[in-house]
Amino acid sequence: MTKTLKLALLTSTLLGSAAFAQDVTLTIESWRNDDLTIWQDTIIPAFEAAHPGIKVVFSPSAPAEYNAVLNSKLQAGSAGDLITCRPFDASLELFNQGNLADLTDLAAMANFSPVAKSAWQTDDGAATFCVPMASVIHGFIYNADAFEALGIAVPTTNEEFYAALDKIKADGTYIPMAMGTNDQWEAATMGYQNIGPNYWKGEEGRLALIKGEQKLTDEGWVAPYRELAKWKDYLGDGFEAQTYPDSQNLFTLGRAAIYPAGSWEISGFNTQAGFKMGAFPPPVAAAGDTCYISDHTDIAIGMNAKSPNAEAARTFLEWVGTPEFATLYANALPGFFSLNSTPVEMTDPLAQEFVSWREKCQSTIRSTYQILSRGTPNLENETWNASANVIKGTETPEDAAKRLQDGLASWYEPQK
Amino acid sequence: MASRKPVRWHIAVFLAPAVLVYTALMIVPLFGTLAQSLMNHDATGARIFVGLRNFATLFGDAVWSDAFWNALGNNTWFFVIHMLVQNPIGIALAAILSTPRLRMAGFYRTAIFIPTILSFVIVGFVWKLILSPIWGIAPGMLDAVGLKFLFAPWLGKEEYALTALALVSVWQFVGIPMMLIYAALLSIPDGVIEAAEMDGITGWSQFWRIKLPLILPSVGIISILTFVGNFNAFDLIYVAQGALAGPDFSTDILGTFLYRTFFGFQLQLGDPYMGSAIATAMFGIILIGVCIYLFGIQTRLRRYQF
Repeated sequence: MTKTLKLALLTSTLLGSAAFAQDVTLTIESWRNDDLTIWQDTIIPAFEAAHPGIKVVFSPSAPAEYNAVLNSKLQAGSAGDLITCRPFDASLELFNQGNLADLTDLAAMANFSPVAKSAWQTDDGAATFCVPMASVIHGFIYNADAFEALGIAVPTTNEEFYAALDKIKADGTYIPMAMGTNDQWEAATMGYQNIGPNYWKGEEGRLALIKGEQKLTDEGWVAPYRELAKWKDYLGDGFEAQTYPDSQNLFTLGRAAIYPAGSWEISGFNTQAGFKMGAFPPPVAAAGDTCYISDHTDIAIGMNAKSPNAEAARTFLEWVGTPEFATLYANALPGFFSLNSTPVEMTDPLAQEFVSWREKCQSTIRSTYQILSRGTPNLENETWNASANVIKGTETPEDAAKRLQDGLASWYEPQK
Repeated sequence: MASRKPVRWHIAVFLAPAVLVYTALMIVPLFGTLAQSLMNHDATGARIFVGLRNFATLFGDAVWSDAFWNALGNNTWFFVIHMLVQNPIGIALAAILSTPRLRMAGFYRTAIFIPTILSFVIVGFVWKLILSPIWGIAPGMLDAVGLKFLFAPWLGKEEYALTALALVSVWQFVGIPMMLIYAALLSIPDGVIEAAEMDGITGWSQFWRIKLPLILPSVGIISILTFVGNFNAFDLIYVAQGALAGPDFSTDILGTFLYRTFFGFQLQLGDPYMGSAIATAMFGIILIGVCIYLFGIQTRLRRYQF
C-alpha cells in the first residue's frame, strides 16, 4: 500500500513537472479505512472511466488519528489534493486557516439542500467548503431470529422496549443489549444521541440549546440520561471493559439480541451476521407520539487549497455531487445515506428500513456538533464521559447534566 | 621558542555528526516547544507573545488545572507502582539468575527480557484480550482455580484500571532492571565474595550486606530511567484506553493529556500553544526529578573501586 502510494506520489511529481504531463493523480485523505476496497474497486474506476487523464488514489488513515494526522500533513504541506471532511468545526477551522478551498461556486452544490450543506458552511452560510456525501441514522438493530424465537414484537414505545429487554433477560439465551462503556463514545453516540432527540424534540431542542433558551439541566436533556441509567441491567457481564469491536462481535455472533446502532454498521453486519436482522427507531414515550431520529450529516469531501491539481480536483468534486456518485456510494456502502436531493434507489433491506424513518420521523443532527463543542471543556468529549458514567452508575443523571451545563456555561455566552 | 599546541581538529570532526543530528532532532525542537509555550494566537489567528499566560490558564483555570493535577497524580501512581513492583522484582530476578547453581539461566534471562522488545501496541492489545471479560482467558483461568469471584472488568473500573495498566507495563519492562542489575552483579569480583564467605557471610545476608551495597549505583540509574520513562509514558494508555484515557479519566497521564490538548480529539480542536505549555510543564517535572537525583542522591552514593 505504502509502496503504491509512494510510487503514485513519485509518478505524479515526475509527470506533473514534465512539460507533456498527461495524467494527474489526485490523492484523497480519509478516515474511512474500512472503505478502501469500495473506493478502489467501485468508485474510482467509475470516475476514471468517465474522466481519462485523471487518476485517483484513496489514502485513508485510522479514524481515531485522522484529525491529528491530517492537521500535521496540512501544516507540513504534504496532504493530499482531496480531503474528506468531518462535519462542523473541525472542517470549519481548516477552512478558516486557509487549508480548505471555497467551493461555493461549484455547480454540483445546487444538488444539495441547505440542511445537507449546513455542516460544511461558515456560520452565516456564505461559503460552503465541502461537497456533502452522506449522513448516518441512529436506531436499534435487532436479531430477528431471536425476537421470533422469544415471541417478541418489534417495540415502538418505551414500555414495549423495556418489556422486550426484560423478556430477553428472563429467557437468558441472549444478552439483551450489546454495548460497552470502555470506549465511551458508544455510550454517547449510540446511547445518548440515539434516544435523545425523542426527549429534546429534535431540531427544536437542539437549536434552543444553541440560542441559550434551554439548558442541559432541563428535563428534555436529563431524561435521556435517566433512560441510559436503566440500560445497565441489560448489558453483558463486564460491560465496563467491553470495547466497541467487542459489542459488534457479541451481536454478530448471535450472543446479544439488540444492538444500539448507527446505520454505518449495516454493511459490516451483513457480511458478519448469520441470522436475519431488523431495525427499529428509538422508541417513543406513548404510541402515536411524533418520533425524532438522529440523521447526522457525517461525511463530505473538500479540496486542499494548496493542491497543485485544483482543476482536476474540482472535476472530481463536481462528479461527487452528481446523482451517479450518490447511487454508487449509497449502494456500495449501505448505511451511508446520500444527502443528494435526488432520491437514491437502494437495494439493501436494512438500509431501506433505516431510511424509511425519514418519512415518518423528524430528522435532527447530533446535539453537540454545531457550535457547542468549540470551547474548553469540550462538550462532545464531556458527553462521552458523562454517558459512560451514567450507564455505569458512577454518576447520577442529574449530576452529569449539571456538570455538562456548568462546563458549557463557563465559555458559551448564550448559556451564561 | 615554545611551539604552540597544534589545534586538535579531529575532536571537532568526530563530534560533529552527533552534535549536528542531536541539535537538529532534539535541541531545536525542544527550544521551539519551550518558546511556543509562551505564545498564543489573537482574535485574528496571528501568533503573539503572551508571556506566562498559558501557564496561568493551565494552573489557574479549574478546567485545565483539575485535568493537569489528575494527570500528574495518576502519573505519580504509575511511577510508584513501577518503583515498588518492577524494580524490586527486577533485582530479585537478577539475584536469582546470578546464582551459579541455577540451571537454564540463559533461557529464563531471554524469556523475561523478550517482552521489552515487543511493541507497545502488541502488548496493549494482547493484555486487553487477556483481561477481556468476554473473550479473555483471565476469567477462565481464575474460574479453573475456583477464584472466579476475584475477577472484575479491571480495565473498565475507575479504581483498578490505572493499576492494572501499570502492572502490564511492569510485566513488559521488568527485563530492563533485571539485565542492568544482573550485569552489575556479575562485575562483582569473586575475591570479594570469597572473602565474605571466609568471614561466614553467605546466602541472604551476603546479598544484603555485600552485593546490594555494591550494586546501589545501578539501582540509582534504574530509578532515574524509570522516572523519566514513566513521566514520558503515553503509548500503552493510548493503545489500551484511547486518548480519552477512560474510565472517567482515571488512566489519564501527562502523555495522554498532552496528546489530547496538542493534537485535539474528535470535536476538540488541537491547541498547539496550550499543548506546548503542558509539554514544558512535563519537561520541568522531569528536570526537577533528575536534578534531585543527580545532586541529592547520586553524589552521596558510595562507590567502590576494585
